[in-house]
Amino acid sequence: MPTLNHFLLLSGVLFAIGTAGVFLRRNLITILLSIEIMLNAVNITFVAVGRYQGIVDGQIITFFVMTVAAAEAAVGLALVIALFRHRETLSPDAFTSLKW
Amino acid sequence: MLLLIPLLPFLGFVVNALVGKRLPKAVSGGLACAAMLGAFAASVMAVLSARAAQDHFVQQTLYRWITSNELQIPLAFRVDPLASLMILVITGIGSLIHIYSTAYMHEESDSEYARYFSYLNLFAAFMLVLVLGSTFPVMFVGWEGVGLCSYLLIGFWFKKQSAADAGKKAFIVNRIGDFGFILGMLMLFVNLGSLDFQRVAADVSTRAPETSMGVITIATLLLFLGATGKSAQIPLYTWLPDAMEGPTPVSALIHAATMVTAGVYMIGRNAVLFQHAPITLSVVAGIGVATALMAGTIGLVQNDIKRVLAYSTVSQLGYMFLAMGVGAYAAGIFHLYTHAFFKALLFLGSGAVIHALAGEQDLRNMGGLKKDLPITYWTFLIGALAIAGVFPLAGFFSKDEILWRTYSGGHTLLWAVGMVTAFLTATYMFRLVYLAFHGERRHEAPSASSAHDEHAHGSHLHDAPPAMAFALIVLAIGSIVAGFVGVPHALGGSNRIERFLEPSFEVQASAPASPEFQITEGRAVPPTLPGGEARPGSEGGHAAVAGGEGGHAAEADEGAERVLMGVSLGVAFAGIGLAAYFWLRNRPAAARVARSAAPVYTLLLNKYYVDELYNAVVVQPIKGASTLLLWRGMDAALIDGTVNGVGRLVRGSSDALRRLQTGSIRTYAAWLFLGVVVILGWYLLH
Repeated sequence: MPTLNHFLLLSGVLFAIGTAGVFLRRNLITILLSIEIMLNAVNITFVAVGRYQGIVDGQIITFFVMTVAAAEAAVGLALVIALFRHRETLSPDAFTSLKW
Repeated sequence: MLLLIPLLPFLGFVVNALVGKRLPKAVSGGLACAAMLGAFAASVMAVLSARAAQDHFVQQTLYRWITSNELQIPLAFRVDPLASLMILVITGIGSLIHIYSTAYMHEESDSEYARYFSYLNLFAAFMLVLVLGSTFPVMFVGWEGVGLCSYLLIGFWFKKQSAADAGKKAFIVNRIGDFGFILGMLMLFVNLGSLDFQRVAADVSTRAPETSMGVITIATLLLFLGATGKSAQIPLYTWLPDAMEGPTPVSALIHAATMVTAGVYMIGRNAVLFQHAPITLSVVAGIGVATALMAGTIGLVQNDIKRVLAYSTVSQLGYMFLAMGVGAYAAGIFHLYTHAFFKALLFLGSGAVIHALAGEQDLRNMGGLKKDLPITYWTFLIGALAIAGVFPLAGFFSKDEILWRTYSGGHTLLWAVGMVTAFLTATYMFRLVYLAFHGERRHEAPSASSAHDEHAHGSHLHDAPPAMAFALIVLAIGSIVAGFVGVPHALGGSNRIERFLEPSFEVQASAPASPEFQITEGRAVPPTLPGGEARPGSEGGHAAVAGGEGGHAAEADEGAERVLMGVSLGVAFAGIGLAAYFWLRNRPAAARVARSAAPVYTLLLNKYYVDELYNAVVVQPIKGASTLLLWRGMDAALIDGTVNGVGRLVRGSSDALRRLQTGSIRTYAAWLFLGVVVILGWYLLH
């Protein structure tokens, strides 16, 4: 029988993996995917805590997060496509002209 | 009704200032003259009603101007004998000078002409407020107002640098004196609790005269500082000669007949007060006679016709202060009154000369004008005789009254200096007459190339036009007869002017008892003695004081007075003779004397280098300190430094902070992550 701690551990691992992906990968699409992983890690936490508290709030908020994540993915991918058309690359380090 | 006196010229000012530009000269000039003549008529009526009044004065309170606890200052006008004389002089001579100006200023454009008359009317209004005011603050309003008008009129031709500078100089030098006046006024209020002239006099008269530096002495000295500024006495006289940059009728009205006598008037107005400060009185007398002598010597060598007259004015004002200082208030005011006639006449005469010569003011370029300008010559001669003190012209009576009072008061040294000055007066005035009107003509020299058209070059010069001639002739008649109101007892007269003025120099019995009297502390002991105690002279021990002293003069005194008159008449003729010798008969001799005494001559020609001295001692240090401390130190370093420093700080720190904006998304994400870790960590640890 898995306890709450198992879920939290899983969530933490997933979140760490997502964070590492955001920082380490050199591809914008992968970075977006990593952000999705982080969001879903959080979703697991919400659902798990909700389940163990015996309330539905965790599940409801997860739906909100998924909706926002879908919207974010759509906008993010559109931006990525636009950037790619501009620079012929997907490395985030190529897009640093917006500075001081 | 008293309000009407200053109000009429003020209305003239308002109209000319607002719509004068669009009025033809005849209307704007005529309006100004009408305003003055109306004020003169109102003054005559006011004087008559004051004469009829039981206490010799009439008063009109317009409204309560300042009300603040103890400080109650009504805007009130009062006509007493002293003010009567002043308003008659101001409106009477003022009217003549207005009439004269209509011709003198005729070459100005319509708008300039209206501007001139608006200033002149405004001046008259303020001057009348000055003499009519029944309290110090009201007087001060006029005092400042005439200073303003003086500035405006000296700088009337403000496009000329020297005129603009002279205006500023007059204003600034006057401000120094005015500061003293304000301080003196405040001191009187703090210590006496009232600023009404009559109340101050009544309050002070209950005290014993101060023999050391007390409150009254210091207050009167401060007031006298104001007088030295306004009336061009040492040490603040330097502005008056420069003020000759203004139009000549202005010099006649403001810088000879009226405004510069304000200081003398102020002392006369506060005769009781000054009488209780013997130290101040000796300072006044000393400064007066020193100024008289100094200005007289400078006047001897100046070459500008108006500057000679300006120094002569300074010198004559010195006489008036001498009279005030020895307690002969009536004599000083008498001289003020006669001086107004003959000095206005002399200035207007010099104006006629300048007008005829199209702006030429240098005596060395004049000469031989007697034939071409007969009216000017004869009236000028009368004025010169009057100021020199030739019997029986106006100046003789007033000047001898002063000298006699000085002598009989035991001030022999002051009297001797006064005599020397009288000699100098006769000399420099007749030097002027001989240089300008006698000898051969020198004005067709190239120096006649002043800005004007060619009517200076024509062989025939035109004499004063009718309006100017009228003013000259009336003033000449005045210069002859004005003195007869003050024929001394020694010559079988009754010195009517002295008896007329007497009430002004005493405490008014009916002076309204003010509640403030109880508040003031430290009052000297004797409770109000009955009646005559209040008379300023009776406690001072001076032989020469205001009031009915003359009536008690012993026979022997009258004899001595007659002898002194003879002496001073002799001195006057000696001065005229000396002038005749040097500048009529034997002009090379004058040049020789000047050469042989070159250092003295240069010293006098450069006016004792007083302007240079002031420049070095006062102006330059102030300028230096302002540059160093106020400009460089305060303004540039502190204020600009703060403002610019704030800017530089923001800019500098932004410069450092904007480096955070790398443009790299992952850096931002890293900061975000770090921030979250820090915040969460903080919550976890607490």
